[in-house]
Amino acid sequence: MAKHTLAVLVENHAGVLSRVAGLFSRRGFNIDSLAVGVTENPDISRITIVVDGDEYTVEQVSKQLNKLIDVIKVKKMEDSDSVSRELALIKVSANAETRSEIMQLVEIFRAKIVDVSKNTLTIEISGSTDKVSALEEMLKQFGIKEAVRTGTIAIERGNKFIN
Amino acid sequence: MKVTGAQAIVKALELEKVDTVFGYPGAAICPFYDALRDSNIRHILTRHEQGAAHAASGYARATGRTGVCISTSGPGATNLITGIATAYMDSIPVVAITGQVSSELIGKDVFQEADITGATAPFCKHSYLVRSSADLPRILKEAFHIASTGRPGPVLIDIPIDIQCDEVEFNYPENIDIKGYKPNYRGHVMQVKKVVNAIAEAKRPVICAGGGIISANASKELLELAQKCKIPVVTTLMGIGSIPLEHELNMGMLGSHGVYSANHSVYNADLLLIFGARVGDRAMASTNIIAKKATIVHVDIDPAEIGKNIHVSIPVVGDIKMVLNDIIDIAEPGDTAEWNAKLQKIKEEHSVTRKYNIKSSNTINPKYFINCLSSYLDDKSIVTTEVGQNQIWAANHLNVKNARGFITSGGMGTMGYGLPAGIGAKIGRPESPVVVIAGDGSFQMSMQELGTIKQEKLGVKVVIFNNSRLGMVRELQKVKYGGRYTQVFLDANPDFVKLAEAYGIKASRICNNDEINESIKNMLKDNEPYILECIVDPDESTL
Repeated sequence: MAKHTLAVLVENHAGVLSRVAGLFSRRGFNIDSLAVGVTENPDISRITIVVDGDEYTVEQVSKQLNKLIDVIKVKKMEDSDSVSRELALIKVSANAETRSEIMQLVEIFRAKIVDVSKNTLTIEISGSTDKVSALEEMLKQFGIKEAVRTGTIAIERGNKFIN
Repeated sequence: MKVTGAQAIVKALELEKVDTVFGYPGAAICPFYDALRDSNIRHILTRHEQGAAHAASGYARATGRTGVCISTSGPGATNLITGIATAYMDSIPVVAITGQVSSELIGKDVFQEADITGATAPFCKHSYLVRSSADLPRILKEAFHIASTGRPGPVLIDIPIDIQCDEVEFNYPENIDIKGYKPNYRGHVMQVKKVVNAIAEAKRPVICAGGGIISANASKELLELAQKCKIPVVTTLMGIGSIPLEHELNMGMLGSHGVYSANHSVYNADLLLIFGARVGDRAMASTNIIAKKATIVHVDIDPAEIGKNIHVSIPVVGDIKMVLNDIIDIAEPGDTAEWNAKLQKIKEEHSVTRKYNIKSSNTINPKYFINCLSSYLDDKSIVTTEVGQNQIWAANHLNVKNARGFITSGGMGTMGYGLPAGIGAKIGRPESPVVVIAGDGSFQMSMQELGTIKQEKLGVKVVIFNNSRLGMVRELQKVKYGGRYTQVFLDANPDFVKLAEAYGIKASRICNNDEINESIKNMLKDNEPYILECIVDPDESTL
């Protein structure tokens, strides 16, 4: 099944996220990821949801989201016409022998090292889901101690705005 | 003007022209009750919060106005849930107000605390947990607006006790601006034209009329279109009353518990016009088959219903009354004479109201009883039903003569709905005769509300079809589980006549079909509460 990204503008007050999340479980929709944060307007938050499903499902998700009073707008983001990113922090085992090899990988992926200790490196990477997964895959050989990923956020290209 | 939060709620209810509320007090809602004492709003004390929610729903369905129910926090609020869910499934405008523990105690699991906005999220059109008394006027205004407009539904307002006591400057807003709530009422012109073209071309059109026709007060328009374009009409369970049963174009109720003529019409149509119905599984199970044979037109106020359960060729989002008027203005009939003649014949041949077996002298034929009852009910009368065999008997055999004359739990199928809904209906339309059709099982789910009927002197008439069984489940076990009956025997039923007498309500029992007409006349002769128990054969079938 295909993945679809929805941008959902909602009222920025308590309980909205639980309404949105509850709707997914209640209607049997599968969420791949969900990210939420306030927009340029402090009264409005934006939830980016990646849904797993066919066209019918995505249409139903959009319509059901639109029925929620707190939902102001739902927009489906087309892959070809939008930029999407997720962020990950990955803590990987590192010692004197492996450290430079890891740092090379980090450079290739244009990631960043944000913390270092005698036995670990913590790497910050942002990019498409695939890119983040690819780095994670490469780091596995060194031993990933901990990994944390945000949901995808997305914005349309060019002179288009959702607000 | 400074008032308390509780007074602000009461003032808002008055400004919303609420004349009656249904409720049950408790500690966390006491400030509201104290303020309500100084108002002319009538409060009906039910015997269970669920009864209050159902009564508010019955009131709303009988009158078209928003019903209001009140409860305290915790168990009072959770007892409302079945009523709220029932109203949600049938799109009934209800505002539920619940008390909540004091703001600073929320989340501490204190006495009678329950997260009712969380618990009812799946069943509410919207809900509020009030955080400041200053928000109360706006929230009340929005709640009534949301409940009663667009696709109607229940809205819950949870109000902590400290907020009810805080002072607030009372300014009731005149306008509403909810960014995320702007229902679309006017159907798209091009879509309406497509519908009109489809009607002109169709040889075998059928209208499926749902509860939306009734909530939009569009039964006049429905009839006008059907007659103008000679289109037969089937109704869903919720659509009963949108067209009189005896109208020649009415093919009856469709679905798994519907009649042959209705289902035949739908499955052989070349154009199916679904008006204000959500294509529930009990109404149309095989939507793929129907959609393959017919062009599907779906008109609904809720865009999410369109395309949800059936593939639609011509969708129209809008208020059914407005859309029907737009269609009527330009519609021309297609060539439907042959189709209508064929359906008339099928309707005659398969009529359910012609072959009543009334030979038995020790049981009542409930279908015949309901058919008889119809002849004593005028076009103002209201019948509410419980759920089970009694509901389907009523649905298929009662000649409902007005759009808001049949009140039943359609989507949820809630046993215990009919009696409190009848209370709400009677209070909303005191001049209308109200008859509750019940089974012995479902009656016992709300029978404590007899106390409400007696106390409020409501002339609600209750017919109990007593087969000492959960008849519909029993039938299911017979057909689908090889007759392995289990847990369907109500062998310790009370003596319902004595039970009524205990409440000071007149009652009688009949078991011979010859007694039906006299007993109905006797039951309906005054505006006093009455219980008529009819002994029914446990083997009596639903259809």
